[in-house]
Amino acid sequence: MNWSGLQRVVAGIAAALVLAALLRTLTRQEPGIVRLLNVSYDPTREFYAEFNREFAQLWQQKTGETVRIQQSHGGSGKQARSVIDGLRADIVTLALGYDIDAISSKGGLLPSDWASRLPSNSCPYTSTIVFLVRKGNPKDIQDWDDLVRSNVTVVTPNPKTGGGARWNYLAAWGHALHKPGGSPATARDFVSKLYRNAPVLDTGARASAQTFSERKIGDVLITWENEAMLLLREHGTNRFALVRPSESILAEPPVAWVDRVVTRKKTAEVAQAYLTHLYSDAGQNLAAKHFYRPSNPAVAARYEQQFPPMRLFTLAEIAGSWAKAQAEHFADGGIFDQISSR
Amino acid sequence: MAGTTQKRWTSGQAKSRRGTEDPWYIRWILIGVAALFAGVFLILPLANVFGQAFAKGWQTAFGSLTDPDTIAATKLTALATLISVPLNTVFGVAAAWLIAKFEFRGKAVLTTLIDLPFSVSPVVTGLVYVLLFGLRGYFGPWLDRHDIQIIFAVPGIVLATIFVTFPFVARELIPLMQAQGSDQEQAALTLGATGWQTFWHVTLPSIKWGLLYGVILCTARAVGEFGAVSVVSGHITGITDTLPLRIEKLDKEYNSVAAFSIAALLAVLALLTLGLKTWLEHRQQRELDLAQTSSDSPDEH
Repeated sequence: MNWSGLQRVVAGIAAALVLAALLRTLTRQEPGIVRLLNVSYDPTREFYAEFNREFAQLWQQKTGETVRIQQSHGGSGKQARSVIDGLRADIVTLALGYDIDAISSKGGLLPSDWASRLPSNSCPYTSTIVFLVRKGNPKDIQDWDDLVRSNVTVVTPNPKTGGGARWNYLAAWGHALHKPGGSPATARDFVSKLYRNAPVLDTGARASAQTFSERKIGDVLITWENEAMLLLREHGTNRFALVRPSESILAEPPVAWVDRVVTRKKTAEVAQAYLTHLYSDAGQNLAAKHFYRPSNPAVAARYEQQFPPMRLFTLAEIAGSWAKAQAEHFADGGIFDQISSR
Repeated sequence: MAGTTQKRWTSGQAKSRRGTEDPWYIRWILIGVAALFAGVFLILPLANVFGQAFAKGWQTAFGSLTDPDTIAATKLTALATLISVPLNTVFGVAAAWLIAKFEFRGKAVLTTLIDLPFSVSPVVTGLVYVLLFGLRGYFGPWLDRHDIQIIFAVPGIVLATIFVTFPFVARELIPLMQAQGSDQEQAALTLGATGWQTFWHVTLPSIKWGLLYGVILCTARAVGEFGAVSVVSGHITGITDTLPLRIEKLDKEYNSVAAFSIAALLAVLALLTLGLKTWLEHRQQRELDLAQTSSDSPDEH
């Protein structure tokens, strides 16, 4: 350490310069560039990656403004939590209405009637819950009733933490209600048996898909239709097969702009244009390309081959509202806690 | 101190213990079990990381490292490391000096506080930052009014990294400086050296290997930290992703080649650290032994 004074000064300046350069590149705010942050849930990664490119191009042509859309993905509930805690999302595109409700009620970041601001209850695309089984369907799984057989191992995420996981649970619940002689008591028995067949409850839909496809656990994966079709495309049909049950739930992942953030960042106009573009023909086609069911019936008709008609029931039919479903099923001490502690 | 004394004790007794040594096959079975364990739990996963990274050829592997989002993650990791390591080095030296060379009230409390980041789970650390700086946290509303973002932005990641790498340098230096005692410093002071001169010419040269060792451990942890950073990151691609977070994200995007390529890069860094660490440990042990023989008075044995 026999450095002369000059050497020490030079080394100090060099270190400071490196730090300053790094800080600059990381916090640079290019002028004339609008930044939007879209906070979304897990399986939308591929869809929004493509949609963002398309929208940025369109916006540039229309206004001359460069817009850069940043993405954050994770479990829906966790993402909502981050937005409430201060993650500055201009736009939220989450797995279920309950999570945006929470941003409104717990965080006060957008009005409680957010769902009525865009068409189709603010759901530009829908999906449903289906099964993915191993190639050749060795356990012959055709419908919900096969999932409660004692020799079947089910992979599904934890409804306490995952958005898709709640749709899975409610789809099973709805099916049990609709069976002859079905009642809340029999439905409870049904889901209890089903979750007894599930050895691992991952935190989110993507994690469960990886448990099933990469760790090769389980006979059947209950998941979003779009996630199942994506896995089929990624791995080909030589590993998995998709099974559509006789009926399932209409899963409605909603979108909204976050008023408090867009007001502050002055991005209200572009954020709303972004969400409106989801409803355009181009946006709807892109959603279908990424295996989401378009909400526009005219566009949906074009993809009937891809999405064979299924009997779909809504959340309102079987559980009322999200607030009610949450309190009854997923809150601490709710039905899910009761059946899993047994 | 006890460790080195013990070592000298057993080496002196090596001959007399030979008679009670275990038979050769027991030794080989034990060595075999240990080697198998290391192979299955350490070497196999590491080899797998490299195997997966180069599964689609080395061009794909290297190409995935130059993806703009990955480069942004590399920069952020470098920034967090370059800020936290020097800060913790200065702090660590100061704290170790204070604890090893002075007696004062509350010393035990300070020592415990330094160890705190080791005992607290990184996830809890992250949540504490959310509790402090989150929009609904203690300072959140004030920060929000002044348009300052701590969590879900770069400052939060730097803060979390500083916290989890806090003890490494101090923990490394305290035993070393305690073993060395303060005789040399006292000698320097009586010869008329100023406090700063004493530190720079006497204390620092005698702890430099230990210090380097601490800095390396600190750097390794800063680069690899996942838990605390994950909680405060917000996971904005290209903005608040560090390298470990980027690995997780790529893996979730079914891009395993890219994920394992970055993992391989971090593994190479870790292996380099390990090599450097072993070499420094060797140097440091020699220094510690030297300090021991020169400071131990004969009646202690």
